[in-house]
Amino acid sequence: MMTIFDFEKPINELESAIAELRQLAAEKGLDRSREIAELEAQRERLLKQIFAHLRPWDKVLLARHPKRPYALDYIRLMCEQFLELHGDRLGFNDPAIVGGLAKLGGYKLVIVGQQKGRDLKERQKRNFGMAKPEGYRKAMRLFRLAEKFRLPVLTLVDTPAADPGVESEARGISESIAQSMLTMFELTVPTVAVILGEGGSGGAIALAAANRVLMLEHAIYSVIPPEGCAAILYRDPNKAPQAADALQLTADSALQLGLIDLVIPEPLGAAHRDPQTTALSVRSAVLQQLDELSRLEPDALREQRYQRFRHIGVYEVAQ
Amino acid sequence: MQRRGAAQANSEQWVQCAKCKKILFRPDFERAMRVCSHCGHHHRLRARERILLTVDPNSFEETDADLRPADPLSFPEYADKLRKGAAASGETEAIITGVAALSGYEIVIGAMDFGFMGGSMGSVVGEKVARCFERGAERRLPVILFCASGGARMQEGLISLMQMAKTTAAVSRLHRAGMPYLAVFTDPTMAGVLASFASLADVILAEPSALVGFAGQRVAAQASPGKPPANFQTAEFQHEHGMIDLIVPRRQIRPTLAYLLEMLLPVEARTR
Repeated sequence: MMTIFDFEKPINELESAIAELRQLAAEKGLDRSREIAELEAQRERLLKQIFAHLRPWDKVLLARHPKRPYALDYIRLMCEQFLELHGDRLGFNDPAIVGGLAKLGGYKLVIVGQQKGRDLKERQKRNFGMAKPEGYRKAMRLFRLAEKFRLPVLTLVDTPAADPGVESEARGISESIAQSMLTMFELTVPTVAVILGEGGSGGAIALAAANRVLMLEHAIYSVIPPEGCAAILYRDPNKAPQAADALQLTADSALQLGLIDLVIPEPLGAAHRDPQTTALSVRSAVLQQLDELSRLEPDALREQRYQRFRHIGVYEVAQ
Repeated sequence: MQRRGAAQANSEQWVQCAKCKKILFRPDFERAMRVCSHCGHHHRLRARERILLTVDPNSFEETDADLRPADPLSFPEYADKLRKGAAASGETEAIITGVAALSGYEIVIGAMDFGFMGGSMGSVVGEKVARCFERGAERRLPVILFCASGGARMQEGLISLMQMAKTTAAVSRLHRAGMPYLAVFTDPTMAGVLASFASLADVILAEPSALVGFAGQRVAAQASPGKPPANFQTAEFQHEHGMIDLIVPRRQIRPTLAYLLEMLLPVEARTR
């Protein structure tokens, strides 16, 4: 599937022109390197220009970009080793949540992430990254495994929302989200959450009650999808771009509001243009957090996590 | 004032049931705690009424009444919605909290008010709920919360989502202190509130027919093959699926809570 967003169009046109020229040069054995270099410089300028002025809605589109790297891509690109583990031990194995034991820069750790699908078939299998109760229960089972064997936890968040369907309701989607957060708050090992793409409300916070919460530069994190917000606020889901402005759902906004700890920069043109470089940035950011957190005692880790969330809120005190 | 599902006043003396539309004599209706004597429909209660109907007479002392909402994102129409919510409910926020006695047991209690912006949870609700659990842990008191909420408050953006984590963290404090936490789901208990502190109670009661669920009904139906069951997202549906311990008619809630306190509290629990 090829999806090109409006703001990306001129870049993609240039990119196809470069590819065509390359192919032509190879077929005919001609040296077109000067023209290619010129076009590439043009592309670079254009990317800089466009990416310097992204609106929140552009970030929503980037966060949902069908070529954006997903959790398993990051795990593959940044871990030395990874063994995926399966099942919630209660009767289900939710493919929307992946998890397992990983080696990362000298650390042994448990990774739990939300996984979207790349093609239609996998997208359906992964339920578009929308976890069901059994997904969060799988996550909890792995959190407890981490606690038992004193392994740090890394969560990779990328979901439009938790699954809203009838079956998930019947199996306790709300309870599973609440319990997942509670389990994370009870851990005495270091925990780091990275919002990779879409941080979709309850479905996201369920895996993000961590000692440190990081966001990729073009990820979003929101209490409600902009379309849903627009339907309520403007009675028109097509006004999602305005709603995205109002919700302040970008990484920069979240950092300014003091709700996340760090924004991880993405390569020029966003993560999907260079997954390798993005994964290395995520890796070094995570390792730095783990180095810092590893100095804390088990009780101090739990207390730091408690205080980190306890003080979030903006209110006034009447005289 | 209550909007949807409220009994409509025809005059001072008479009210009409919001469900079966029968005319009810107001003094009887109030004595029945706003439960219709014909069809049993539980009309919504205001938070303050709820607390007074639940606790021992003259025992309620409100806490944190000085917390007021801010508008951290300068969100469109939020200031206006806050003004309207205050006018509609007569309260300054969507929850009232305090300490009280129930059947002689000293308790921390909170009740949400659907009349204030749909009982939505922003910073103030999150803060007051968290303080309830911390107070319970510190003073070794049980916590009882009456939930009535459409979910997280959109107008405070991500700060509202974080209140889910904050209140959940506070529940963990009470759990570790070994003090009971009892929740009563009233109409409606939804989304961000259900998916955080509400679902983490040691024992969960619900009023008959209360709306209890995660996503909006339309979204849930769209996401599922076939038609949702007729009782989808009611307290009865959640009870059938093991998410709620008991459906309790309004009149029985106070004695049920008293029994639970007696069963779960240590013998030397503080009484007034």
